Amino acid sequence: MRDRLSAALRNNGADYVDIRFEERTSTRITYRGSQLEEASLVSDRGGCVRALVSGGWGFVSFNDVDAMADSVRRAVDAARYSSGQALSLPTRAPVDASVTSMPKKSVGHVALSEKKRLLDEYNDIVMSSPRILSSQIMYGDAVRTVRYASSDGSYVEQQVPDLSVRFAAIARNGDEVQQAGVSLGSVGDFASIEALHDEVRDVARRAAALLDAGTVKGGEYTVVLDPVLAGVFTHEAFGHLSEADLVYHNHQLTELMTLGRRFGGRHLHIVDDATLPSLRGSYAYDDEGTPGQRTYLIRDGVLVGRLHSRETASRMTEPSSGNARAIGYRHSPIVRMSNTYIEPGDVSLADMLADVEEGVYVKDWYGGQTSLEMFTFSAGEAYMIRNGRLEEMLRPVVLTGNVFTTLERIDAVGNDLDMNQGGGCGKNGQSPLPVSNGSPHIRISRCVVGGR
Amino acid sequence: MMERILELALREAQQAEVYEALSESTMAHFEANRLKQVESRQSSSVALRLVRDGRIGFASAGGAVDPAELVRMAVETSSFGASARMVFPGAQVFPDVLIYDGGVAAIETDTLINIGARVIEKVTARDNDLQCEGMVSAGAGRVRIINSAGLDTSYRKTNLGLFMEGIRVNGTDMLFVGDSMSSTNLFIDADPVAATMLMQLERASRSATIDTGTYPVLFTPHGVGAALLMPLAVAFNGKNVVDRASRLAGRQGERLFDSCLNLRDDATIAGRSTSSPCDAEGSPSRPISLVDKGTVCGFLFDLQTAVDAGTESTGSGHRVDARSQIRPGMSAFVLEPGQATFAEMLSSMDEGLVVEELIGAGQGNLLAGDFGGNVLLGYKVEKGEIVGRVKDTMIAGNVMEALGRTVVVGADSRWVGGGLRTPSILCGGVSVSSGGGEA
Repeated sequence: MRDRLSAALRNNGADYVDIRFEERTSTRITYRGSQLEEASLVSDRGGCVRALVSGGWGFVSFNDVDAMADSVRRAVDAARYSSGQALSLPTRAPVDASVTSMPKKSVGHVALSEKKRLLDEYNDIVMSSPRILSSQIMYGDAVRTVRYASSDGSYVEQQVPDLSVRFAAIARNGDEVQQAGVSLGSVGDFASIEALHDEVRDVARRAAALLDAGTVKGGEYTVVLDPVLAGVFTHEAFGHLSEADLVYHNHQLTELMTLGRRFGGRHLHIVDDATLPSLRGSYAYDDEGTPGQRTYLIRDGVLVGRLHSRETASRMTEPSSGNARAIGYRHSPIVRMSNTYIEPGDVSLADMLADVEEGVYVKDWYGGQTSLEMFTFSAGEAYMIRNGRLEEMLRPVVLTGNVFTTLERIDAVGNDLDMNQGGGCGKNGQSPLPVSNGSPHIRISRCVVGGR
Repeated sequence: MMERILELALREAQQAEVYEALSESTMAHFEANRLKQVESRQSSSVALRLVRDGRIGFASAGGAVDPAELVRMAVETSSFGASARMVFPGAQVFPDVLIYDGGVAAIETDTLINIGARVIEKVTARDNDLQCEGMVSAGAGRVRIINSAGLDTSYRKTNLGLFMEGIRVNGTDMLFVGDSMSSTNLFIDADPVAATMLMQLERASRSATIDTGTYPVLFTPHGVGAALLMPLAVAFNGKNVVDRASRLAGRQGERLFDSCLNLRDDATIAGRSTSSPCDAEGSPSRPISLVDKGTVCGFLFDLQTAVDAGTESTGSGHRVDARSQIRPGMSAFVLEPGQATFAEMLSSMDEGLVVEELIGAGQGNLLAGDFGGNVLLGYKVEKGEIVGRVKDTMIAGNVMEALGRTVVVGADSRWVGGGLRTPSILCGGVSVSSGGGEA
């Protein structure tokens, strides 16, 4: 295959061309209620070519492997339509690498029957719990092999397994329906989900407890976020703004995101790090053959860096950060996060709660969306805080606000960093991309909380 | 090759079905008001579903397919797949649904680019601070389904689509406007998209605030799509009805909605990419009435859930893509228009909101019918007139309650987001909370 890729790249007539060829096998098992709903095996093989001609990009994706050489020609032709804004990609020494990240119990080596047996146990736990109407389990794993070859002489072959699972319990009392869930993931390590019996039991318990919970009175509160929700906040509300492809072509956004601008207190440090071991967002090379790196986005509360592809690094004359990623061969790499987190500070959770007269403690993530400026997130679990103590459980709450004011209002950063590997990230129709995010507990002095 | 897969599958299984999808498409991506990238996509995939000893097995493959390997994979999943209650349909008569236009299949890349470029030119001519990004795509594809009951059907479909979003940034203040249009037929001018974006810019040109409270909310067609579509789609999904998770389960025949509401799901409308002569498992498409003068009168079933519900498939078996299994789902919801013009509905409002777009919708308890989110684009109404754009404002409600009370249905039907045709709807008593005082 390497020879075929190299042969297809020869004499292409473009400033730059790269080819990715991908093979992927994936498993999906879902449950709804007492029934296994779906068990599927999927195999997929395809590739794509990206060509750069005088600053314009052409992109062709295909399933028919014999069409590879022809696809190079078509991508070069396609690139001519958008040429005009000259672009020279950062120069680099050619890379030649083969990377395999195989956990000790890779999903690729576990029989479908063993996966099903374990999920059966979890489903039984949910379904036999009190007041539960139904369960929902979505398990998916994949092993991807991606080969990348570029006209500037680089070749990278990476084999990456991935696993994600979500457990949800739906409780019902008359017309009243409530649900609770938990999302988990790993770098394709099946062992990472083998001892979740207590977690799953807790999901069912929470769903039932929500039936008796009260609703928060909407308004502004002091809010304490657990590491999971604070991690999602970091990713959604701030992380996406750090993606250079969003800002480089927009004068006003470039100004807003000027390096050196203050975003928060001196205790706030935000990092994106693709080099952390055994996390879903980690990689040795991105989908442009650039090594994954550790990038400080905010240090001492000040914007100090951002995430780049080779193109955006060149256009903004900043260093390439190795964040160009694609979910698969159907898509061009775009600027994405890897593992994004708030660095731990020195405040304990107890101290953070202690001086809150009336507030809300929010845990876990249910959903969320941002429009760059505004964010809304749903917490999976919430409790009132009164006079420094956690009190009654609340129905699910939504947090909303302005990203910039909310970052300024982070007034305490905890000492208990934890990384969350559930779910995936979506951008420009590319979803889900494996990422992870994390944070210690954080406190926001004022934030709008609504019931949902 | 499909026949070969079917033949091999039937050596192991009692029923089998092979689904193949082939397509080619071209896309022009725009960024910062200019063409960013031209993309083309060639795609082929095959899915095999079989029933072996009463259990469903499923496997699919994109790209090169080894028939024996595909059968092996499907058989492996069937040893503990869901129990099969359905019987695959044999040969039958399908409706004629016009969804192919040779003009779209043969469209020139330059023509495609011009459709998008013209929209950008029109809106930036009015507002040169606006930065547009979007995509125009044109594609042609073919689907073929064969099964062990003797079904062998195929159809071709084209699709031409445009979506465009404009963003204006002023300090930390951001304004988003946007619209889309799509058809299986050729169109050259997407002026309605430009007109909508210009109207949104005009309405958002001033800012306004609203106090927390309960107000009438006028959902534009986009607003209906953003706020109300998801909980309705969940409520009428036959799977949720069979599981008794839908609030409408067991309530067929009851008048739960305002009597001016009529809703159907329709996969037979000419020119729509959501249309086809049959669904993904070969059941004929037909319009399905869901709400008739406020009365719940139907749900959406595929073969399997229809058996569970003791009824017949409504031709609503869908795949998200060729690699996923079949589930019941909506094709295109059509909410019948009423008499009121948009201006009339506005003038009936003393104080309230017009909602165009939300963020964070669908995070709520969809099964319970809840809707809500932060208003990404919406306007304050005072004494019958739009006075400006609101920010930092959330709405929340329940679709069963909001549409169960008296509503006013507009005459201004249009397609939004491909799968919904709706007029504007004015609902009373929607909860609005305002952040107030934030930068």
